[in-house]
Amino acid sequence: MKYNLTALVSGLIFGLGLIISGLANPAKVLGFLDLAGLWDPSLALVMGGAILVGLVAFTVAKKRTLSLLGFNMKLPTSTKIDKRLVGGSLLFGVGWGVAGFCPGPALVAVGAGEIKGIVFVASMVAGMMLFELIERKRAQS
Amino acid sequence: MIDIAWSEFTPVSALAGGILVGLAAASFLLFNGRIAGISGILGGLLTPVRNDMLWRMAFLGGLIGTPIVWRLFAELPEIEVNAGFPALIIAGLLVGVGTRYGSGCTSGHGVCGLSRLSPRSLVATLSFMATGFITVYIIRHLIGA
Repeated sequence: MKYNLTALVSGLIFGLGLIISGLANPAKVLGFLDLAGLWDPSLALVMGGAILVGLVAFTVAKKRTLSLLGFNMKLPTSTKIDKRLVGGSLLFGVGWGVAGFCPGPALVAVGAGEIKGIVFVASMVAGMMLFELIERKRAQS
Repeated sequence: MIDIAWSEFTPVSALAGGILVGLAAASFLLFNGRIAGISGILGGLLTPVRNDMLWRMAFLGGLIGTPIVWRLFAELPEIEVNAGFPALIIAGLLVGVGTRYGSGCTSGHGVCGLSRLSPRSLVATLSFMATGFITVYIIRHLIGA
């Protein structure tokens, strides 16, 4: 129960940060990605602020085997830098540049009732299902 | 030379919002022991595993619920989407497939991964930032010119 409550609160704070920072607004995101136009560096500060707090949190977390609520720490273990990682990230960047949405802000747009956010998220979920489908086919063959 | 859009630059709210995003990732990490990676949390819902669903829905519910809670107190800042529907559908598909193959997005790799000094996340972040910059350059300055 506590586990789900802290998940809910974390999600709320995350969304709050996205709205306040301007990251929830695709036009602002594209202003950051447009280096050759009039460049809006704001998003670099969003990332910087988040990472500053994150650095402290991960330094603490790396020393622990259990979370503050007593659950197992589930940190990523893969260190592989392969075609999947790079190829997938390159594709993600193209989609990000086309719409100005990445997954978090797109979900905030859904909550705001923004029809374009809903269409984007529906397509994004379809893309994720496509990934599962391809992976399942590959595992069978 | 880079021309900075000083009228659009919002350093205080950007930094404050960024710190909040960092605090959210920190609380999820320290209380739940997990990485606050949105694409991974969402993607996990598509291959249901028992006892692994509710926390995902809770986190995403919080995220989706933020603008609803916000509106109880104040007017929501503008969400301006200039892409048309065909572009949004293509972009959504690319982001969906890409983040799953790349095992993360701006939050998982960009915020959490860089915070834990993961070389894998640094490569991922540089990759999606690079194509993000290039894509906007092509759309705005080559096609749109």
